Amino acid sequence: MDIAFIIEKLILISAILGISLVIAMYTTLAERKFAGFFQDRVGPNRAGPWGLLQPLADGVKLFTKEEIIPTHANTFLFVLGPSLSMFTACITTAVIPWGQDLFLFGRQVSLQVADINVGVLYVFGVVSLGVYGVMIGGWASNNKFSLLAAVRSASQNISYEIAMGLSIIALLMMTGTLSLREISEQQSGMNWNIFYQPLGFLIFMICSFAETNRTPFDLPECETELVGGHHTEYSSMKLGFYLFAEYINMFVSSAIMASLYFGGYNYPFMHLISNPNVAALIGVAAFFTKILLFIFFFIWVRWTVPRFRYDQLMKLGWKVLIPLAIVNIALTGAGILIFGK
Amino acid sequence: MNSLTNRKKVLVSKQMNFWERIYLPAIINGLSITMKHFFKKRTTIYYPEEKRTFSENFRGLHSLKRDENGAERCTACGLCALSCPAEAITMTAAERKPGEEHLYREEKYASVYEINMLRCIFCGFCEEACPKAAIYLDGDIAKAGYIRDEFIFGKDKLTEPVIK
Repeated sequence: MDIAFIIEKLILISAILGISLVIAMYTTLAERKFAGFFQDRVGPNRAGPWGLLQPLADGVKLFTKEEIIPTHANTFLFVLGPSLSMFTACITTAVIPWGQDLFLFGRQVSLQVADINVGVLYVFGVVSLGVYGVMIGGWASNNKFSLLAAVRSASQNISYEIAMGLSIIALLMMTGTLSLREISEQQSGMNWNIFYQPLGFLIFMICSFAETNRTPFDLPECETELVGGHHTEYSSMKLGFYLFAEYINMFVSSAIMASLYFGGYNYPFMHLISNPNVAALIGVAAFFTKILLFIFFFIWVRWTVPRFRYDQLMKLGWKVLIPLAIVNIALTGAGILIFGK
Repeated sequence: MNSLTNRKKVLVSKQMNFWERIYLPAIINGLSITMKHFFKKRTTIYYPEEKRTFSENFRGLHSLKRDENGAERCTACGLCALSCPAEAITMTAAERKPGEEHLYREEKYASVYEINMLRCIFCGFCEEACPKAAIYLDGDIAKAGYIRDEFIFGKDKLTEPVIK
């Protein structure tokens, strides 16, 4: 392993971490701005031009707030909760292919931190770890509302992970690989998986809404019933971590949806561009456009659809999505048998 | 029986059909409604920079009026304080000295006139009670402040500036 490789990966990791944090930061602003637009308001516009410095102001506020740890809380777990949330939110980005290889200084630079051959499984593993952040935080708070939120969150995530996994199986039957890079490469041009797996995508998308705790599935922080949900007892930057992790999760799941179903870094007529570096950079831009559109969709849905009741949530998960996902597997199998993919 | 207004709606709880039960058409409909609002004109008025025009009978901050010669009209009769339901007005009367005719219209005037804006309910009774047309609630919206003393408005803040 040579030095150049380590430097290359270090730069890539810090760039990806930085980009995902900045995007998450500005998603908070976008959320508030768009919430305003959807409700005929203008949203925050006082900090900087068009309110562009609002996330910074929020960050400063969260950092300088008093840090409260309740007397009856388990201090270690109480701190571990938000840290784990943030950590699991950040590490998923490692397997996402951000673009085709670049050719710089006579080296072939891969725009993916780790091309592991079980990329999809890794994503699933990390996403299911994410629920521990909420659970540990809710448990350590020693507060019945937080605990209820933690229980809800755990059962919600488990229920929706099944449907999510099943919807992915249909996709994997088509692609024949678990590596996100290979899945992306197979979708070159406009050969996107969404055209073959519309039902699978719908199920996957609904489940990612549930996994990221976004409306209409934001039961864990349902403020009308549970005060603040799992972060009732949290203050200062620990609260900030929870809120921030949600936005990073949103970014990551948008990236995964884009790379699994919407062609990742592929865009139409990409084979016409002869310079590989230019083609790759346009690919990165295309990928980020797709991600941002998905983030916009997340926000759009949040300000449209009301929250589910808990029994409706469970009913949708177990009695609708899982059977649908199984039907989708059967359909895909039949399709592969007949058309031979 | 015929309904009087024709606005009666009879509710029927009928079974939802398949398309209604899968919710997606309804959700897409909702999304299109919110998207319509996304591009609509904003109804916001950017307050400190931009102000809504007040109605004719808006009651804002008080001002103590002067007559056509620039002399204060108030004669410290105390009717405003008496009529005030919130007891926000206090005043001290003083006698006009010779040579002060250009300052005060009557022989008696208010040397101290204070309105506690935290108590004031902007009902306008003082305006109605004043026999000398000396007080009107024709000012702006009451300002916010950090300490209570800022809300006790003396003559320096209330009296109309002299028109030169």
